[in-house]
Amino acid sequence: MWPIGFAIGVAFLLLGLVISWWIALTGAILGVVFGLLWARDVTREVRGDVPQIAPERRTAAALDGPEEPLPAYTRSRFLEASLIGLSAALGGILTLPVLGFMVLPSFTDVEEDEVDLGPLENFPEGEYVIATYLSNPEQGEVSRRTAFVRNNGFAESGLPSFTILYSRCVHLGCPVQPNGPIDENAMTTIGDVELRPVLAQSFGCPCHGGQYNSEGNRTAGPPVRSMDRYRFSIRNNRLIIHDLYAVGNVTGTGANATIHAYPWSVPGTHVDGISAWLYPIVPSQVTS
Amino acid sequence: MARKKTKRAEIVELTVLKPLDWVDERTAFVRGTKWFLFRNVPRDISWAQTLGFGTLIAFTSQVLTGVILAMYYQPSSGIDPLTGKPAAYTSIEHITNEVTLGWLVRGMHRWGASVFVILMFLHMGRVFLFGAYKYPRELNWIVGVLILLTGMLMGFTGYLLPWDQTAYWATVVGINLNGTAPFAGPWLAQWLAGGPEIGSDALAKWYALHMLLIPGALIALIIVHLYLVARLGVVSPPWSKEGAGRERPARAPSAAARAGLTRAGTEGSD
Repeated sequence: MWPIGFAIGVAFLLLGLVISWWIALTGAILGVVFGLLWARDVTREVRGDVPQIAPERRTAAALDGPEEPLPAYTRSRFLEASLIGLSAALGGILTLPVLGFMVLPSFTDVEEDEVDLGPLENFPEGEYVIATYLSNPEQGEVSRRTAFVRNNGFAESGLPSFTILYSRCVHLGCPVQPNGPIDENAMTTIGDVELRPVLAQSFGCPCHGGQYNSEGNRTAGPPVRSMDRYRFSIRNNRLIIHDLYAVGNVTGTGANATIHAYPWSVPGTHVDGISAWLYPIVPSQVTS
Repeated sequence: MARKKTKRAEIVELTVLKPLDWVDERTAFVRGTKWFLFRNVPRDISWAQTLGFGTLIAFTSQVLTGVILAMYYQPSSGIDPLTGKPAAYTSIEHITNEVTLGWLVRGMHRWGASVFVILMFLHMGRVFLFGAYKYPRELNWIVGVLILLTGMLMGFTGYLLPWDQTAYWATVVGINLNGTAPFAGPWLAQWLAGGPEIGSDALAKWYALHMLLIPGALIALIIVHLYLVARLGVVSPPWSKEGAGRERPARAPSAAARAGLTRAGTEGSD
């Protein structure tokens, strides 16, 4: 029981380093308490029972009689226990930072900056444009991502409306392709951003045949939800895309669409319904 | 009958036997090797029992070719300024097209990976069909299953390294497949990818997994597997007429036992 508590404490400590400091503190306290209890339990046999020393009754006769040896905690037992304890402490001190170094960098500083996709004139109303950009210019081409951007004109509220789909299939993350010809000659380049108009109102994934309609709803194949979308804003007449969110389903089209939005989750996982409970915390939800 | 030794025998004794004896007296190395290699096996074994050794040879070939490939491969997703392609893919092209016999070594490693996995399954099938997983060999079956899993992990991590479109997207699918495991899945996926998506650290991480961590585990498991094979012996086929569990004929105490280096009666009684 103590080792389990100790393991939970260490797990909380590592988790807390990612999520928040008070979970780390709770984990540290749990780890120390259960670790001490565990150590006490393990060493009980080595330490032996606490000797019951009878209160001294000093009489002349007792002083003269043969001395009874006290139950002793021998030197070798002490050295054995302290060697085991020291080795465990050293092992922990050496292992924990290395483990942290192995695990934590994948979970810290992973937020990606907003990206400027350029002036709104490049996005004709009612047509999809393939926008590729570097999500992290320091990492270079490995961070190039693709979004399908459609200008929906203005919504009833008078605000501009855009449908911006993330190209990764929500089945297992393959690159979804537009089902239509791409106009390579009309490509526009704005810094690292490349814009290519495309004649398509549906999308398909080459890996396992997932199909999506113009709103990113699944029409065929294995995907479990609708295509992920970007939050966006418009600044100085330029389109800025922010972080991703997951979409359970979309009803309606274009500017009149109702989007059932959820926090982003990894491909292949449900965001609505009972099976969404299997993914209580998705790391990038808490670290970015 | 004291026959005079030939010159040749004297030389052999001086250059080979004496040094071996010297080593054996201090390490038991020669006795250990004899214990491992010169074992009694059922008289009716066949080629089917060589599949395990075949798997070992395939693995050894993977180790040798992998070490040589590591001398030329660069696990970097950065763009090579000369070719305009990622450094990892450029180094793969360099190995395949320019390094002398590089195509052969890379081909051996690539196809040998499939040979290794196929032989593991054939060996597993032989053990299953011959009932060689039964008492007292259950633990060796379990170790074998762990070897199979580690071997598959080798294939999974090695597939990314060429850093071409197939490698990249197959790995994206593999990572996201892991990501769909309940509760821990998204964490495992993010650790494997080095972030929400595959980033610049992922390739080096998978390279380290492929050539350091997983092979280390695999070699340790293989040593345990072979030790248990040597300790428990080879099982006779199900159609064997020979009774199992025959008593071994008694042996005269060895020179080592007589010299008091091993306890008499315990040597070779496994």
